[in-house]
Amino acid sequence: MTTTPSETHAGQAERPQSDGPILEVEDLSVTFPTQDGPVTAVKNLSYTVEMGQTLGIVGESGSGKSVSSLAVLGLHDAKSSKITGSIRVAGTEVVGLSESRMRRLRGNTVSMIFQDALAALHPFYKIGGQLEEAYLVHHRTASKRDARRKAIEMLDRVGIPQPDRRVDDFPHQFSGGMRQRAMIAMGLVNDPSLLIADEPTTALDVTVQAQILDLLQDLQREFNSAVIIITHDLGVIAETADDVLVMYAGRAVEYGTVKQILTRPEMPYTWGLLSSIPDVAASTDARLIPIPGNPPSLLSPPSGCSFHPRCTHTDKVPGGLCSSQLPELTPASGVDHVKRCHLANPELIYRTEVLPEIAPDLVEEIR
Amino acid sequence: MFAYLVKRLISGALVLTLVSIAVFLLFWYGPSSPAQTICDRETSNRCGDRIEIYERTLGFDNPVHEEYLKWAKGVFVGRDIQIASTTYECEAPCLGVSYLTKQPVYEELVARLPATVSVAVGGAFLYLLFGIPIGVAAARRRGTVADKALVSSFLFLSSIPYYLFALLTWLYLTVLWEAPYVSDTGYFPITDNPAKWFAGMFLAWVALGIFGCTQYTRYTRGAMVEALSEDYIRTAKAKGLPPRAVVYRHGLRAALVPVVTIFGIDFGTLLAGTIFTERIFDIDGIGYWSLQAVQQKDLPVVAATVLFSAVLLIVSNLIVDVIYSVLDPRVRLS
Repeated sequence: MTTTPSETHAGQAERPQSDGPILEVEDLSVTFPTQDGPVTAVKNLSYTVEMGQTLGIVGESGSGKSVSSLAVLGLHDAKSSKITGSIRVAGTEVVGLSESRMRRLRGNTVSMIFQDALAALHPFYKIGGQLEEAYLVHHRTASKRDARRKAIEMLDRVGIPQPDRRVDDFPHQFSGGMRQRAMIAMGLVNDPSLLIADEPTTALDVTVQAQILDLLQDLQREFNSAVIIITHDLGVIAETADDVLVMYAGRAVEYGTVKQILTRPEMPYTWGLLSSIPDVAASTDARLIPIPGNPPSLLSPPSGCSFHPRCTHTDKVPGGLCSSQLPELTPASGVDHVKRCHLANPELIYRTEVLPEIAPDLVEEIR
Repeated sequence: MFAYLVKRLISGALVLTLVSIAVFLLFWYGPSSPAQTICDRETSNRCGDRIEIYERTLGFDNPVHEEYLKWAKGVFVGRDIQIASTTYECEAPCLGVSYLTKQPVYEELVARLPATVSVAVGGAFLYLLFGIPIGVAAARRRGTVADKALVSSFLFLSSIPYYLFALLTWLYLTVLWEAPYVSDTGYFPITDNPAKWFAGMFLAWVALGIFGCTQYTRYTRGAMVEALSEDYIRTAKAKGLPPRAVVYRHGLRAALVPVVTIFGIDFGTLLAGTIFTERIFDIDGIGYWSLQAVQQKDLPVVAATVLFSAVLLIVSNLIVDVIYSVLDPRVRLS
């Protein structure tokens, strides 16, 4: 995967290793031994995230998107997982990093917000207490009062009304959207360089989703942090991401800018994802086409291209290559756009076969 | 909260009334006659026709509801109780006089309470002291050889019937090994001689503690395993908290709720008398007393101990619910 040159941002100088990308993942594989054999949830994954950029990682359940991000935080139990490759956070290699040094990174340089904030926040502690805890663990000299002030300030920043009062509420006293805001406040309390948002809007209704995404973008601008948004929702990607990484069965299958991925995708799986989202603006002729079949078992992944059993375009590739040989990530038509597919002319197929099915009115536009 | 407590207390009083009626009826219509027993005892087994005097003075020739009301009234205002030719004064709260000792039952109950409380508090302290940390340690090492060995050995221990376990503890430690200092079991008031009290109680505590510890280890381990797999534990780790804070402040805090619930009920039962423990270690507490009362057909004592157990269960349930609402802010009593 190639590295896009980073834009320069004010305030970046304060960051550690400000000249390099904040996150470099190289050839990352994560394997879990199970009773039925080893499961490789992430295979040879590489990507980079620059400061101030948002990377969207898309894929179905079990595509390895969460597993790879948890690896960035070192949250996989060393005893029950095997991680190879390299993950550099602000230049620091975290694969094999000691627990205590890893802890200094977690919630500080890199923080993570999870989906379903009701489950992810501790039900027995006050919102404020949980924020203070996150602050104090990385500011050992700060007083309890400083931490409380910081907690109130953060709640205010994420748009919680009357933060000085709500700080003493328990998570169950917050609404779903407010809980996710509190979660974001907790993630940002230590001003992290990288924020990983794992399906931050999945448990929320659509109007609140939009608010949360706006909030995340505002805060990203304000804090100038890098953001990784993990989602299965291309709508979220369209709204927030600069770059998009599409994952399937633990591998990157397509990578490019959000524009490239959404308008000129070159991998049938991405087409499938695009085909299966409803579009309120689309003509009534547009059809919603689900991807046939189920995500593959990671215990016995399909031979060749992992997607071939579900791919409707395998007949266009000669010699049964799809089922026998794993395609490499190769450059696609756009700059820094890569895809993992044997199809010789994916652009043409997309324009002539896929697009007319899902968005007939767009066919003209693209030309 | 206040309204809730009042509601619970009223329902508790109702339960107690029903329990007292049930106990009263059981004895009244039961197959053996308390009058016969007491008559035989007091006339050196030459009771004969004098049974009628006993039956009349004990009230067995009256309708059952009259006698029950008489008994119930005595609980609140006290009453005089006549057995054969003697009248015994019984002050409120009067639970009757023991047919055996002729002492007011309530006073005997209060006299035996310290022994039972000593056993229960000491035993419970030990099993919580060991059970919870061992459970936490096992949950943290879930699936390892140490965890499996611990779980299976504790399962083995707790599948031994308690009376056998306590009896073997007593047999080995006092008879076979003649453990110094603690072999003379029994209750000695702590106010007289704390050292002797401790020595007398020690083996009972050990038996109760080890046995209870196996159960509380399992409860704690189960609750901890569940708590540690929750999302908020992952959040706590992602914050960069040290393992100690993750496990105790976040994990154990949540795991304690079910454990406290079980403990509350358990402790209430312990206070109601640990029959085996008291019998085996020769501690003259409420459990031992109720056992004797059943053997001697001492109706007022049996009724009193049953009622006492009911009171303790109701109170401990109520306390557990209140503690529950304190531990888990999502629970609001109403």
